[in-house]
Amino acid sequence: MTKPVPAQPAAGAPAILADHLTKRYAPDAPPAVEDLSFAMPRGATWGLLGGNGAGKTTTIAMLLGLLVPSAGRITCLGHDMARNRFAALARMNFSSPYIALPSRLSVGENLRVYAHLYDVPLAEKRIAELAAQLQLTELLDRPAGQLSAGQKTRVALAKALVNRPELLLLDEPTASLDPDTGDWVRSWLERYRAETGCSILLASHNMGEVERLCAHVLMLKQGQVVDQGSPASLLEKYGRDDLEEVFLDIARGRRREEMPA
Amino acid sequence: MRPETGQATGQTSLLDEGRAALRRIWGLVYRHLALYRRSWPRVLELMYWPVLQMIVWGFVTAYLAGVQNDVTSVAAGVLLGGVLLWEVALRSQMGFSISFLEEIWSRNLGHVFVSPLRPRELVAGLMAMSVIRVIVGVTPAVLLAWLLYAFGLFAMGPVVVAFFAALLMMGWAVALGVTSLLLRYGAGAEALAWSVLFGLTPVAAVFYPVAILPAWLQPVALALPAAHVFEGMRMALLQHQIAWGHLLAAFLLDALWLAVMGWIFMRQFQGARVRGALLNIGE
Repeated sequence: MTKPVPAQPAAGAPAILADHLTKRYAPDAPPAVEDLSFAMPRGATWGLLGGNGAGKTTTIAMLLGLLVPSAGRITCLGHDMARNRFAALARMNFSSPYIALPSRLSVGENLRVYAHLYDVPLAEKRIAELAAQLQLTELLDRPAGQLSAGQKTRVALAKALVNRPELLLLDEPTASLDPDTGDWVRSWLERYRAETGCSILLASHNMGEVERLCAHVLMLKQGQVVDQGSPASLLEKYGRDDLEEVFLDIARGRRREEMPA
Repeated sequence: MRPETGQATGQTSLLDEGRAALRRIWGLVYRHLALYRRSWPRVLELMYWPVLQMIVWGFVTAYLAGVQNDVTSVAAGVLLGGVLLWEVALRSQMGFSISFLEEIWSRNLGHVFVSPLRPRELVAGLMAMSVIRVIVGVTPAVLLAWLLYAFGLFAMGPVVVAFFAALLMMGWAVALGVTSLLLRYGAGAEALAWSVLFGLTPVAAVFYPVAILPAWLQPVALALPAAHVFEGMRMALLQHQIAWGHLLAAFLLDALWLAVMGWIFMRQFQGARVRGALLNIGE
């Protein structure tokens, strides 16, 4: 009663391999993402930076299989997403403040739903463990719709971690959080990655967050990577003190030689 | 490092795959059961319309029979049986479609579609919810028909179970079509979840034989599983016989409609992935 698993993932393959990805929503529309290629190593935290409409959400949606690329190929954890995306999805997870959890269900019920969907063994133990780590134990019986923004973010994070993902995609993980809660989430993510070796790709508008968490940053503009590197190397390259200034330089198309001394 | 994530290990047992699939389906069903547990108006709504239909049609039947103390007449049975069985198809279709709409309304579809839940498992979960909603919604109406009008649905024999099954399946086929439209046109198509099967009532031969319809309309009726179920129901009530031919036709047509609508659903699902509609289907 066994059958071979198709397209076994290559051992040691990158967490994400994007190969010449292009996405057009209509044949005559400009590309939302154009010829995007990168290889994110395992265990790293990378950032996707770019203004509104730069192609961050489209890229994440393609990586998750929600969106089919017009051209190019994606491999996540060694699985070809065009042929074997469900095997990859079982080992990945995702969190976004723009996709809600059912608000009438309690926090515990929501986590139980996703523990079932991800076939998590010993689900109750895992939920209790996450609740303790993310300070949700007191909230398990409360409807998700009655939580504050910070509490919702922690619940969304618990949902995203329920299956112990090897690859975590986070879309603006600290959007609309106060500085204290945002800092708590960032510290927690740093610690989690260090302890588990999970690979994290995060899209964010918060430059401080990207500078603090990411080993490598992909700067997107009009669907293309216009620059990339470690935050330190980008600061040096653009001669700036923080990533926000680098972001503005790139967003406004300024080059170093054009900038005032 | 993570032995509990269910990683592929080279050989995967079909039994393990089946167990995991059942668990994912249960996850979806659990999500909806938890919703009903916390929302009594939703539970009430399930029973409200079938019970109301039964009360209204019970009195209409009594009036038409002209013997208000003898509502156990054959005519009453045919009408009340039609009302109850047609509710099975209606509730089956709505149970499937509205469960899908609940995911759109709660803006949760994005999370569901990035989980390992396969589209066929999503469909199986919605079918399971449809069965639960039919049982909860139609049972009070069946009991009411028995208490108020002395009409026992099971008086027509065990064949009624086959009628139930055929109408459930027809409801699923129509719901797959409605869900395909939701995937194509978004929540703007949600009104169809309530209305589409009502539109088929005239040709479903619920309250009158197919022969009553104009000749040009009869082939349309006979292409619907419901028309064969209701012809069979009338034969069971009036002649106490099982119309095996109609029963077989109903199930064959169900299989055909489910295959066609399942294909359309998969095409629309794939189309939604190309257009990016799964990201903003609520809009």
